[in-house]
Amino acid sequence: MAITREEVLHVARLARLELSGDEVARFQEQLSAILDAVSKVSELDLSDVPPTSHPLEIANAWAEDEPHRCLTLDEAFANAPDRDEDYFRSPPA
Amino acid sequence: MIDTLRLTAEGAKELLDKGEVSGAELFAAYQAVIGDRNEELNAYLTLADDPGVTDSGHAEGVPIALKDVISTKGVRTTAGSKILENYVPVFDSTVAANCKAHGLRLLGKTNTDEFAMGSSSENSAFGPSRNPWDPSRVPGGSGGGSAAAVSGGLAPWALGSDTGGSVKLPSAFCGNVGLRPTYGTVSRYGIVAFASSLDQVGPVTKTIRDCAFLYSVISGRDENDSTTVDVPEVELPEGDDLRGLRIGVPRQLNDVEGIEPGVKRAVAAAIAHAEALGASVDTCELPLSVDYGLPCYYLIAPAEASANLARYDGVRYGLRSPGDTFREMVMATRHDGFGDEVKRRIMLGTYALSSGYYDAYYGTAQKVRTVIKREHDALFERFDVLVSPTCATTAFPVGAKTQDPLAMYLTDVLTIPSNMAGLPSLSIPCGLSDGLPVGLQLIGPQFAENTLFKVAHALEGAIAFDFVPERLR
Repeated sequence: MAITREEVLHVARLARLELSGDEVARFQEQLSAILDAVSKVSELDLSDVPPTSHPLEIANAWAEDEPHRCLTLDEAFANAPDRDEDYFRSPPA
Repeated sequence: MIDTLRLTAEGAKELLDKGEVSGAELFAAYQAVIGDRNEELNAYLTLADDPGVTDSGHAEGVPIALKDVISTKGVRTTAGSKILENYVPVFDSTVAANCKAHGLRLLGKTNTDEFAMGSSSENSAFGPSRNPWDPSRVPGGSGGGSAAAVSGGLAPWALGSDTGGSVKLPSAFCGNVGLRPTYGTVSRYGIVAFASSLDQVGPVTKTIRDCAFLYSVISGRDENDSTTVDVPEVELPEGDDLRGLRIGVPRQLNDVEGIEPGVKRAVAAAIAHAEALGASVDTCELPLSVDYGLPCYYLIAPAEASANLARYDGVRYGLRSPGDTFREMVMATRHDGFGDEVKRRIMLGTYALSSGYYDAYYGTAQKVRTVIKREHDALFERFDVLVSPTCATTAFPVGAKTQDPLAMYLTDVLTIPSNMAGLPSLSIPCGLSDGLPVGLQLIGPQFAENTLFKVAHALEGAIAFDFVPERLR
């Protein structure tokens, strides 16, 4: 299944991923080949098969609603590229 | 003089208990070997200082290496990515905290394919690791650094993480024991996320007993990971009696296309050992799991990865590239910070989840996952353990598959099916093919780790594999 250059650019925008011209061309070719291979999953008759989203059947894994120690502000900002007092700083939207 | 190539973690503990070496001497012995061999093997990305007396008050402890997707407080954790090149966690993952609580001393953080996405460690932003048996070859991936460290004598044992085979495959390529535990038995709290319904941390060791012990250290329910469950008490294996054990040999896993004759021979010899020890052996079928496992995995894992990796936005931590607007900054950061394979998987996963394609790809793959799980469940009504090669080949040369993503993906065709079903599996060395280690994969039903340890321990004695790389003996 071949995907188009426009589809590659659309998906890259959805993923917030800037791609160089080379990358667009390469991914168009490689993703087409990979999608061909993984499309094999559509060969099976799955009409009566429920989906599995998780290998264990766990329901209602509650935790006690008790306060815990959380990170201090300085810890939370320790790896931040930019900080303005008690806020993460980023370029304008 | 401590021979770190031969010394097991159990042996190291014995030396410490008898007072023949101190914890500091033991740590220094490994540091010295790291100093000698890490340049060639590139097993470690970051070295830790000797912690001395650890949090628990255990002054004496066996050293350990942790894969660099495992958060370690105060010690850089890169996940093999440029985007986390300078990231220093402010908290410990649960598994790192468990290791500390048992007095294990962190030697350092080991190399990995970027975000654990790969089968050779060549996708690391910090260069590939090398196989101690033959440095022109890969150690497998993604946890190539942990496996190379253990077999090269740079650590007595290590932790890796396994999504599609990232503990099992490197263990097979480097002659180590590697466990991928039952999903939900080991906490993922503080593990850099790749595919959350598949990721599990597991031990990489020289012996089965070391593997079982380290599994007992890291497993158990964790209030910080609501997908964890209570775990049966771990039994350290002894003895070699396999009478009454029923071994299934799935034809599709054992006769997979492209299997090397030497791999086939070593696996057949291991199965013969099991029969001699009293196990009954019968062939069986896994027709859909093997054919559809890989395509199913390469939809589900990238889909989950594309969501998990959305967090790298240049705001809270990690790399930031300049941009005039918020969106331009985010897109530039992700362009500069992610490597080729990670971008490819984000693209694939985003596509599979995007409007109009969700049902055809991700939804269908989740149903196929049910088919794979049911096929395995049915076999475990007749068998206690399934066996196969861990990989159809031994370690391949560095660079052999880097230009062909699909060829690289196929490396994991035998490790993926049981992972999709959430089953525990173990890779143990079962011989050599042209001088390179061959891995035997043992698969059990959920929570049957003790059975796997028992079978593997019996086989370990019978096979008597020498885990020290021939060129280093």
